[in-house]
Amino acid sequence: MIYFDNISKIYSEGRFALENVSFSIAPGEFVSIVGHSGAGKTTLLRMLLAEERPSEGSVFFESTDINSLDKRLLNNYRRRIGSIFQDLRLLPYKTAYENIAFAMEVAGKSDDEIESDVPYVLDLVNLEDKMCRFPHELSGGERQRVAIARAIVNQPDIILADEPTGNLDPINTYEIVQIFKKINELGTVVILTTHNKGVVDSVEGRVITMDKGRVVRDDPSGQYVL
Amino acid sequence: MMTRQVSTFFKLKKFIMWTDIKRIIKSGFVNFWRNSFVSLASILVMTVTLFVLGSLLFVGVMLESSLAQIKDKVDINVYFVTEAPEEEILTLKTSLETLPEVRSVEYVSRTDALERFKTRHENDQLTLQALEELGENPLGANLNIKAVETSQYKGIAAFLQSDSALAQDKTNIIDKVNYFQNKAAIDNLTKIIESSETFGFLVTIILVIATVIITFNTVRLAIYTSKDEIAVMQLVGANNSYIRGPFVFEGILYGAAAGFLTLIFLYPLTIWLGPVTERFFGNINIFTYFVGNFGRIFVIIVGSGIILGAISSFLAVRKYLKV
Repeated sequence: MIYFDNISKIYSEGRFALENVSFSIAPGEFVSIVGHSGAGKTTLLRMLLAEERPSEGSVFFESTDINSLDKRLLNNYRRRIGSIFQDLRLLPYKTAYENIAFAMEVAGKSDDEIESDVPYVLDLVNLEDKMCRFPHELSGGERQRVAIARAIVNQPDIILADEPTGNLDPINTYEIVQIFKKINELGTVVILTTHNKGVVDSVEGRVITMDKGRVVRDDPSGQYVL
Repeated sequence: MMTRQVSTFFKLKKFIMWTDIKRIIKSGFVNFWRNSFVSLASILVMTVTLFVLGSLLFVGVMLESSLAQIKDKVDINVYFVTEAPEEEILTLKTSLETLPEVRSVEYVSRTDALERFKTRHENDQLTLQALEELGENPLGANLNIKAVETSQYKGIAAFLQSDSALAQDKTNIIDKVNYFQNKAAIDNLTKIIESSETFGFLVTIILVIATVIITFNTVRLAIYTSKDEIAVMQLVGANNSYIRGPFVFEGILYGAAAGFLTLIFLYPLTIWLGPVTERFFGNINIFTYFVGNFGRIFVIIVGSGIILGAISSFLAVRKYLKV
């Protein structure tokens, strides 16, 4: 389904953010990408979202090089991905409800669908009572849960989660991981980057370990080794 | 079957488009309201812009009116010899009227000329007595000619000197054309009028460009605060028009609000300046002009605001649509 074909990302100073990274992800997989800060985890996700282009190599989604997509197809492709960014990137002048509804609006969903699905996902992330709050009125953990709700509301083919439990307490972390697992059981590919050993262990999925822009370990049995 | 499918497809597309437009407008209103401080700052700057545009409009009208008054005071007179037959003068009048440079030609007969002379000197008994002693009318008829532009008097004078003006009869019936006496004054006035028009035009262009740039930068700054928001919208798969729409609509709202505000400010200002302009410029009262041409001024001010706001927003968002 996803194939990173020998990709490298070199910044202007000649520093490698990624170096000759190649691996593939099959439909329905749950992949945890682990590594120290600066290992290249976030850059990898940005490549998959076509937010950045590789300096060398290609990223394929269902046999299509995503960097060759025109603007319209790129938008369609991005609608099939639910992203949880490390810095969350919620729309500051929209409420929790509107942030989630916006993702549905751009996917062309009707008002009826929005009115039924948004409260449902807000309930799923335990934020139903705070749907009218703006991001600055929510705690770090609550904002993170809004970002997760926005990512899953369109039932995407892939979920990209960059440190999705970074600001959550252990109970919330456990709940979020359970949500991801449920979504994955329904056939959605989940790719998450994390430092949290507990999260990786509870997922029991494939673990890709990165260091200095390279894949140093790809363990299908879920071993968190750094 | 196929036709039904195509019809359903177009109905669906129309519904999606209408839904998008509805959402864009709603989102534009919501952003306008929630970014109230940025909106207010943008509206105030645009109001200053439109106020300058409105003022230019009034200054232009006053300048035009003043120049028209000055132009109207410039004319040339053709004085005929006393024996000049009236038919020939009228023939000359007709041929003058066919010239595109000529705005009007007034024929003053010998009798009228005498009457006017008497009226002009009604308090000068000595002159009137001398006139009476002559026993006959010593004044010739004359033609008062006004040109479309002051610069065209030279051509008209040349026409009068040419044979073609008096082609029917070679006898020279013209006694004097006063253009040649007033040439220096007319030329100076022409230069002043032309310079004033050019200067007014240049000042208008410079101020319009400056105000457009100020507006553009204000809207760009307002949208700069949303650049991260635009990037997120793109990353969740929003197409460019869906992202741009609410910002352009917001720009339209800024422009419309600024336009209305400008008209509200102009109303008391023109009331206050009306009598002053009437005293200074003679026949133009700025308040009467404002009220009399309100429809046109409304369209120009509010329309300029809307167009400025929409174009500025469109261009400003384009800069950030590159993720």
